Amino acid sequence: MSARDPRDGRTLLVLPALNEADSVGEVLAEIARVLPDIDRLVVDDGSTDLTAAVARAAGAEVLVLPFNLGVGGAMRAGFRYALEHGYDRVVQIDADGQHDPGAVPELLDGLAEADIVIGARFAGKGDYEAKGPRRWAMTVLAGILGRVSRTRLTDTTSGFKAMGPRAVALFARHYPAEYLGDTVEALVIAARAGLRITQVPVEMRQRSGGRPSQHPFRAAIHLVRAFAALCIALIRPRLTVPERPAAKNGAGS
Amino acid sequence: MSFATYLLGIVAGLVALASVIELLRRRRLRERHAVWWFVAALLALVIGVFPATLTWASQLLGIEVPTNFVFFISIVILFFVNLQHAGELTDLEDRTRTLAEEVALLRVKLDRLDAGSDERDRDA
Repeated sequence: MSARDPRDGRTLLVLPALNEADSVGEVLAEIARVLPDIDRLVVDDGSTDLTAAVARAAGAEVLVLPFNLGVGGAMRAGFRYALEHGYDRVVQIDADGQHDPGAVPELLDGLAEADIVIGARFAGKGDYEAKGPRRWAMTVLAGILGRVSRTRLTDTTSGFKAMGPRAVALFARHYPAEYLGDTVEALVIAARAGLRITQVPVEMRQRSGGRPSQHPFRAAIHLVRAFAALCIALIRPRLTVPERPAAKNGAGS
Repeated sequence: MSFATYLLGIVAGLVALASVIELLRRRRLRERHAVWWFVAALLALVIGVFPATLTWASQLLGIEVPTNFVFFISIVILFFVNLQHAGELTDLEDRTRTLAEEVALLRVKLDRLDAGSDERDRDA
């Protein structure tokens, strides 16, 4: 299917958010400024602060999960919402402001040729740097996943992605909630279900709060768990893309 | 130790390991629940293939009968599996409770909406 124009068909921006009350309002306001025609859904993943209230005040639709399910669980809720409400495409974007909403149209353009477009760091744009073991882990993971999906990937743990109709239908049913499931295993599931994956270089901004761990010991644990997740994902039976149900409410815009 | 006993140890270890992997593969077992069983099966296999490692480890710790060391390790692993399950059970009970409350709150909201729309029907 051709979807060159981002406004051709319906797109939903999904922001999984856990205790992001400080940043989510500003992020939503920026999205509204840059992309006035795209609907926004915040999935509040069991926050204990005012994330949901702030998001509602900023004009976004909000799904409040009764307890924390992790990014994978929050995103599956988002995909199910998209499917139920007749959205063709979903763009996952962080609520902490590290992703530039200005790159969303580029990701959506990529969906003309692919089912999943990853907004990749380390692809020659921006100055995001990871060092040492963490960097090696990312490189090796990207290499293996690139082979599984038969494309060149440099960053497979990015949380900035656009999903086309087939990916939305697949992920609404099978989106893993394990550690790294939302990145590594999700890509394996998609590639083995026959979806095409590609990447677009994007610039990353400084996170508003928190930094990724650079501690060597934790990086090593991360590496081991990432490879365990990858091996398990690779030996699991293939999944197929489920048929898309007819949208219940207002598919036409 | 006879050859048959040696073989039995290896086969038992292999079956244990294969069961864990197959359950993982079929998504019947989540990764974090599989860790202890995976470690146990792997240990069983190593000891099955190289029984000398057991004797060596027992001597190192001053355990006179190597079998006692096996029992000790088994109990430790089972202890941690049970502890993990108890923790998860607590977590699950907490979540069911939250879900039940959530459903009750939603039902009240729905009843009020229904009552409201009935009134409008009567007025019309």
